[in-house]
Amino acid sequence: MMANTVISLRGATKQFGGLVAVDNVSFDVREHEVLGLIGPNGSGKSTTLNLISGALPATDGEISLRGGTITGLPARQIARKGVSRTFQLVRLLPSMNVLENVMAGGVFGHRRRWGQSAERHAMQVLEKIGMADKAKSRVGQLTYIDTKRVELARALSGEPEVLLLDEWLAGLNPTELSEGIDLIHRLRDEGRTIILVEHVMDAIRSLCDNCVVMSSGKKIAEGTTDDVLSDPEVIRAYLGDDDA
Amino acid sequence: MDILITGLILGGTYALIALGLNLQYGVSRIMNLANGEMLVIGAFVAFTLFTVGQVSPLLTIFLVAPLAYVLNWLIYRIMLRPLVNRAKNRGMLEVDAILTTFGLSFVMVGIMIWAFGGDYFSYSYLARPIVIFGDNFGLNRVVAFLCAAVLCAGLFLWLNVSRAGMAIRAVAVSPENARLVGIDVPKLSARAFALGGAVTAVGGAVISTFLTLDASTGVMFTMKALIIVIMGGVGDVRGTILAALVLGIGETFVASVIDPGLTLVAAYALFILILLFRPQGFFGRKPT
Amino acid sequence: MKRDEWKTLGWATALLAVAALLPLTGDGYLISLGVSIAMYTVLATSWALFSGPTHYISLATAAFFGIGTYVMGSGIEVLPYWVLLPIAGLIGGVLAALVGLATLRLSGVYFVIFTLGLAEMTRQGVTWYQNQTGHKGTYVLTDLTDNDIYWQLLGLAALVYLVGWGIGRSRLGFALRIIGDDEDVARHVGINTALSKVALFVVSGAVAAIVGAIIAPRYVYIEPSTAFTPMLSFQVVIMALLGGTGRLWGPLVGVIPFTLLWEAISSSFPNQTTLLLGLSFLAIVYLLPGGFVGLYDRLKGRAAKRSAMA
Repeated sequence: MMANTVISLRGATKQFGGLVAVDNVSFDVREHEVLGLIGPNGSGKSTTLNLISGALPATDGEISLRGGTITGLPARQIARKGVSRTFQLVRLLPSMNVLENVMAGGVFGHRRRWGQSAERHAMQVLEKIGMADKAKSRVGQLTYIDTKRVELARALSGEPEVLLLDEWLAGLNPTELSEGIDLIHRLRDEGRTIILVEHVMDAIRSLCDNCVVMSSGKKIAEGTTDDVLSDPEVIRAYLGDDDA
Repeated sequence: MDILITGLILGGTYALIALGLNLQYGVSRIMNLANGEMLVIGAFVAFTLFTVGQVSPLLTIFLVAPLAYVLNWLIYRIMLRPLVNRAKNRGMLEVDAILTTFGLSFVMVGIMIWAFGGDYFSYSYLARPIVIFGDNFGLNRVVAFLCAAVLCAGLFLWLNVSRAGMAIRAVAVSPENARLVGIDVPKLSARAFALGGAVTAVGGAVISTFLTLDASTGVMFTMKALIIVIMGGVGDVRGTILAALVLGIGETFVASVIDPGLTLVAAYALFILILLFRPQGFFGRKPT
Repeated sequence: MKRDEWKTLGWATALLAVAALLPLTGDGYLISLGVSIAMYTVLATSWALFSGPTHYISLATAAFFGIGTYVMGSGIEVLPYWVLLPIAGLIGGVLAALVGLATLRLSGVYFVIFTLGLAEMTRQGVTWYQNQTGHKGTYVLTDLTDNDIYWQLLGLAALVYLVGWGIGRSRLGFALRIIGDDEDVARHVGINTALSKVALFVVSGAVAAIVGAIIAPRYVYIEPSTAFTPMLSFQVVIMALLGGTGRLWGPLVGVIPFTLLWEAISSSFPNQTTLLLGLSFLAIVYLLPGGFVGLYDRLKGRAAKRSAMA
């Protein structure tokens, strides 16, 4: 294992009854790397992300963060060790305003703050993603991309070691999509470590250094984004299993 | 042996009551805390018809079942459907449903006390002893058990064989997917709720042949039925029947060996064990 | 502290001082009503501290209350009164922790069912134990008057408000609001959800047990059927929800009218209290979701909108 490996999966497996959703998957994510986790629908990408964040316990295999194992730990401990995530369907806290939503990620997370300092930090994060003017808005009033921004800000405010984005760009219109890609680009330029589950090919091409391709729960390819996207087996997996 | 048979007989009638509750919760996803009152109403109708007109409780159930069906259908359509529609998520519906069905339960108890007073009621039906394996048992208990067994078996077959039963089980497993295959989930929820209420009321008529009840005993049965449903697993008929028998035997054991005043403590002991070790029920899979 | 917080504190202290003057009227009926209101205020407010943010409906109040009375009843011959109050709180808290650890990991329905039977189960257990040891009840003989009980309850109410205010400003309070909104998110931002819920449940359990211990001298003779009345749990739930759990002062607004209504109904139509309880539940769900606090917020929101348009 290289010294600057942040996340490492070794033989990660998840079974639901008879169905093997994630089948013996291994890969590494190094510091400052943006890794794309791609594949047709139902190929186990989101489940893999859920194994890393601790939303689901792995049936077998080992997952480690900076060399320390996090397999089997509850989600809250994994979050404290520095793994933050967004959800496939945006999940904001409806009774709180934007600022409080963002603070929620920073009060109990990896770097913990409270009171004035937590509020200041959350404001800084909001400024970075361009939402400082809406800090006091209720989340019910936000546009779709703004809800996604707030969720991203919440994930960032714990200053995680690694950020997991589960189809963060899905459902955006073309204008929003380019704003969204720009935003993640800025995070990438800051040197953040990110795992990205994504369908939007343009985003994958412009954002990801490397990609892991999954199909029917198995890893079928791994490498730099360009190599992987021109791999015949990957193309077959996409066109064969998924009409889209 | 004595304990085992008495327990089985008691468990058999519990099974019927709990099946009614499980049908309601499994399909309509509403935990009906007024379930026990439906039982008392069934028992009360049986009692009244028997004392006034000498009508056998075994015939009364044919009157109780359709009446309870209609009453529960109305409760679902008028009171619970609006809550289902306004709930933003499962948790909100849960809280609203708990408060509403508690409210209903108290209203029903209040009306019964107001109309008929708070006295105990019981009557003497088939109160003759019958000898099984050398021990004496009340004939009414045995008849009630057989009656419950026939109804449970009938319900089990209907759920597994008929088209409507299949649809009900489909909704219990996954309301979203049931909708996709063309099942009218709201309509079916109302029907399952009504049917569950009818099953419980019939259970009440049956149980009244050998137990003494009063207007406010419903909550005791609700509690036991809830514990059985959780032990057996939501939407699981086999599990419910097994859990009911376990509870019946456990209670009878504690009542005859330690103290008859500790039946609820016995039920709770079972409940805690289940919560700690198998919260998904006897046959349930671990939730993922 | 901010300026408006000082102002609130000032008002609260003034109100408390006025409330403390009630016994000076010397009117026995008023004082006994005051004891009821103070008792329900403490119970409903501490109930709402836990159930408000988490949406778990606890029906365990009667169990904790009963245990508190029994601690006082069985200990008064041996230990001084003032030592028994914290002991009651401690035992109530420990029991709440045990119940919470077993049930709060699971969904709300399991919790309601479990707490629903807790009072009745404890009553069966205590009755059985007393039968084994051969005595039926216990006498609690003290020289405490209704006035003393009233003042103690007021003091406890002040303490509960302070604790509630402190929790509201703490990380724990923030964590509970997140849990109430979305428990999955709470776990993923690093909150120990089970521990947070148990902590608040322990507070409400301990307070209910202390209230039971304070009230015990009023009963003089304690037996299981008077100490464990399941109705108490439901009354507390209704009062808290009627007032609204969104604010610290919410339950108080529900306690006062409901206690008066309850007194009126139970003195003129003693058989209709169950019906009243049922109708109140339905009224809260269908007519007043969010309680008086919710209504107040909606009216305020409407007024703000109107003035914004003008």
